Parts: sequence; C-alpha cells; structure tokens
Amino acid sequence: MPNLYGLYILFAREVWRFLKVFIQTILTPVITVLLYLLIFSSVISSSREMLPGVNYLTFLIPGLMVMAMLQNSFANSSSSLFQSRLNGNVIFMLLAPISDFELYLAFVGAAVVRGVLVGLGVWLASCFFAMVPLRHPLYALLLVFFCCGSLGSLGLVAAIIADKWDHISAFQNFVIVPFSFLSGVFFSISDLPEFWQQASHYNPFFYLVDGFRYTCLGVSEIPVFTSLWVGAGFFVLSSTWALWLLHRGYNLRS
Amino acid sequence: MDAVSIDDLSKEYGLLKALSEVRLTIAEGSFFALLGPNGAGKSTLINILAGLTRATSGRAAILGCDVRRQWRKARRQLGVVPQELAYDPFFTVREMLTLQSGYFGLGKENRPWLNELIVALDLEDKIDTTMNHLSGGMKRRVLIAQALVHRPPVVILDEPTAGVDVALRAQLWSFIRGLNAKGHTIILTTHYLEEAESMCEKIAILDRGRLVALAPKDELLSRYSWRQLRLQLVPESPVVLPDVLEAKRQAAPQGELLLRLHREHDHIGEVLAALEQAGVKFSDLWIHEPGLTEVYTELTAVENHA
Repeated sequence: MPNLYGLYILFAREVWRFLKVFIQTILTPVITVLLYLLIFSSVISSSREMLPGVNYLTFLIPGLMVMAMLQNSFANSSSSLFQSRLNGNVIFMLLAPISDFELYLAFVGAAVVRGVLVGLGVWLASCFFAMVPLRHPLYALLLVFFCCGSLGSLGLVAAIIADKWDHISAFQNFVIVPFSFLSGVFFSISDLPEFWQQASHYNPFFYLVDGFRYTCLGVSEIPVFTSLWVGAGFFVLSSTWALWLLHRGYNLRS
Repeated sequence: MDAVSIDDLSKEYGLLKALSEVRLTIAEGSFFALLGPNGAGKSTLINILAGLTRATSGRAAILGCDVRRQWRKARRQLGVVPQELAYDPFFTVREMLTLQSGYFGLGKENRPWLNELIVALDLEDKIDTTMNHLSGGMKRRVLIAQALVHRPPVVILDEPTAGVDVALRAQLWSFIRGLNAKGHTIILTTHYLEEAESMCEKIAILDRGRLVALAPKDELLSRYSWRQLRLQLVPESPVVLPDVLEAKRQAAPQGELLLRLHREHDHIGEVLAALEQAGVKFSDLWIHEPGLTEVYTELTAVENHA
C-alpha cells in the first residue's frame, strides 16, 4: 500500500526547505532575470520585430521565464538531495517506508513548485516592462510541467551521481546554463549561422522555450505540437533516468 | 516470533566479503549486543536490516517481515539510531521530529508521543533550536528521538555512546533500559565492552564478516577458561615456587605474585595449599574473573594474527 501521507510530508519538507531560504531560492533568481531584462531591453532596440508582430521585449520575457524555471527546478532537487547525502541526513528518508517512486514524486513535485514560483516572480517583475499575454493556458501548463519536471528529474540524477559540490556545479555550468543560453531565449535561432541553427534542433530546451513563447504570444518558430512532444519525451527520458538510479540504489543504498 | 531473523546472509563488495553466511536470531524483547572490531561487518549487518544496504545473498526479517519483499512493514517495525551525528541543518528539533513521524505516515495523532519523547530525552529547552546549534550529546539524543517517532518494536543503536560524556551515558542507558522494560527489543553495537557486559543478555561477536560467537552472556563469559590469582606478599616471604606453579606465574609488580589459573583444572584450594607448602606468605588475595574483554580479545585476536 502506498504511503501517501509520507509522500506528502516529504514533498512538504522539500517545499518548506526552499521557502526557509526564499531570498536565495526565489528572490535572487527573479532579480537576476530582471537584470537580464534591463540590460537586453536597453541594448537591443525594442522596436525590432523578432517574430511576426512581436517586438524584442515581448519576445524575451517568455523565454526568460522558461530559463528561470529550468535552472531553478534543477537547482532545487539537485542541491536538496545532494546536501542531504553530504550531511548524511538522507538516511532519515531512506529508513522510512517511502518507495523510490514516492521519493521521486516528492522531490520532482517540489522542484516543479519552485520552478513555477520563480516563473511567476519573473512574470510579475516583467509586468513593469511589458504585459505579455497568455493565449493558450492549457498548453502553457503542460509545457511548464514538462520543463520543471524534466529538470527536477535531472537534478535528482545529478545529486545521485555527484561525489562533491564541484560535480553539481559542473553539471549546472557546463550543461544547464549553456543549453539554456543557446535555446533561443535571447535571440531567434533563424538569426544564427546555419550550423548553430541545426544544432539548436538537438537542444530540448529550445523546444520548451519556443513552445512556451507560442502559448503566450500565439506565434513561434516551430509548431507547438512538436514542442509539446519533445517536452513530453524529454520528461519521460529524464524521469526514467532518475527512477532507474533510485531503483538501483546507486550511491544511496549500497 | 523472533524480533530479527537472519539466514545465511552474505554481502560482497567486489572481492571483499563484508559478511559471510551469517545466521542468527534475536528473540523478541531481548537486549542484544552485536560486537566486533572495526570493519567486522556490524554496520553492514545493521544496514541490511534497515534497508540501506542490499544483501548479496541470504535473507533477513524484522518480526517476520522480509526486509526486501515486505520492506514497508519491516521498516515500520524498526528504529535505527545511526552512528554518525547526521542532521538536517534546515529544521529545528521539533520540525525534524514532526517530519520524521510524517515519513512513517503519522500525523497529528502522533503528537502526544513526540512530546513524550521530547520530555523523556530532556530536549524541552532545545525543541526550537536547529541542529547545528546543538552540542554532540544533544544531537545524539535527537537522533534517538528520531529513531523512535513511530514507536518501533525493534530498536537498533549503532554505538549510541560514542563520544558521549559519563553523565549523559548513564542517562541514555537508563532510558534504553526503560525502553527494553516496556517490551522493545534492543540491539546494540558498542566498543565499550563493559557496557555490553552490564546491559545485554545475549551477545554476538562478528569478526571479518563471520559470526564467531553467539551465546547468552553468562555462557560466553564462562567459555573463557582462565582466571587470575593475585597475592599481596608479606615483605620477607620467599617466592621460590614448585615447577607446577612456576609455569603459571605471570609478570607482576614488586611484592606481588600473579598466577594464571585454569577455571576447571586448577583448584584454588590445591593451589593455596601448594603455596603454603612452598612457604609463600601473603597478606591479601584477589581473584580476577574474566570479563567480556578477555573473551572478546581471545575470539577476535586469532584471526588478527593470521
């Protein structure tokens, strides 16, 4: 019989943890994105048309929201689980009658909550610059879920595989950050040289950014269904990876 | 039913055999000591029971629940006090206890028990403190409370008194004795052999992954067949002994005579008579019965020299 209350408490613990340090976990990322917004919107002419009928600022905001969600859902599960491993207090969860799948749900669920909160924060802050519409709320929800869920799962993977903080930050700085910067948050990939345009199609973050932009603005570079499928596939793959590691007990149960 | 039953349990890490076909049962309600030098496999054994380590082969069960197949049930029956002072830096003592109780599926209804634990372990002043502000002894108490949030019938304490001062140690032991009196099965590992000797009814000794002894304490103690006779000699007493006794003589401080006697073959009366015949005069005498330390050393030393 599943331990639903245990799952809920572990999830609550994870949310509670990042709320206890909300300056670091919510406020700081929102401010960082706000700075991007200030800098890029003043350097690049706002009148420039990025997509049909979309100026630069309106183009930038949904992308920044996705980028913030990606990075923060990853940061949440990776730092929480890794710190617990390092401190040794991970055993309190491992001793409890909580299954691998329940542990996965709790951590990824909390990562989604953190991603969504940061995303909302970015949206709120962006209202001072431009009002971005939301044309397809249902698709938006799905994409946000795929985005935060995938990165929450990858955060678990990183936390399980890593042996020191160095590895976590390497994962963050050499994988998450470059892939999110190169995902067309700040530019349209059609502005890129041919090679990088092609390369972008292998970057799952690109689909998440472009798809989310579509759900807000109603225009995008690729069809929204492609983005949804890629998002779903990415979520399934990263979840499978995390669940497989948990199931094997890799670095958690010897 | 047995509190713990372990059947042919082995654990290999590559070429290293951490546990080799260990077989043992622990009766419900007993006070059990698991002893052995560092690296003997005690922690591996405990971790397998707790589900933190997976055995290579063999089976283990807590109150009849297999730790792999009925893992949820098995974990609900078991409380583990880990050896390391692990703690969660984000939460206060009360928050940690509430969370831990929640992991076991227990909500508000468990609050009276948590309060009872807080009082019993003398944590009232510290419930709103985060763990990084607590002393080592306090952290140890919180770990014990955390292991007991779900009232487990079987409790494993992995070196609960390592690095704990004398006063707290006595307090912890009286608390643990109280748990045992209420029917909890207590399984203990410790390096303080005198603690195991004074508290536990049954003792298992592991050495290099093998069970080298498993017996009630008294039986184990009687297995060591040597005792010492120490005499305080009168100053001018001669100490020329007959050959039979000379062979049993051990090095002793000036003015004393020390004899290592076999429990069954050397009758104290005969030895004393022989001493008198040799003209040995003494003003006082002590007989040192062996303790767990001697038994333990004998059982674990053989292989260490090999």
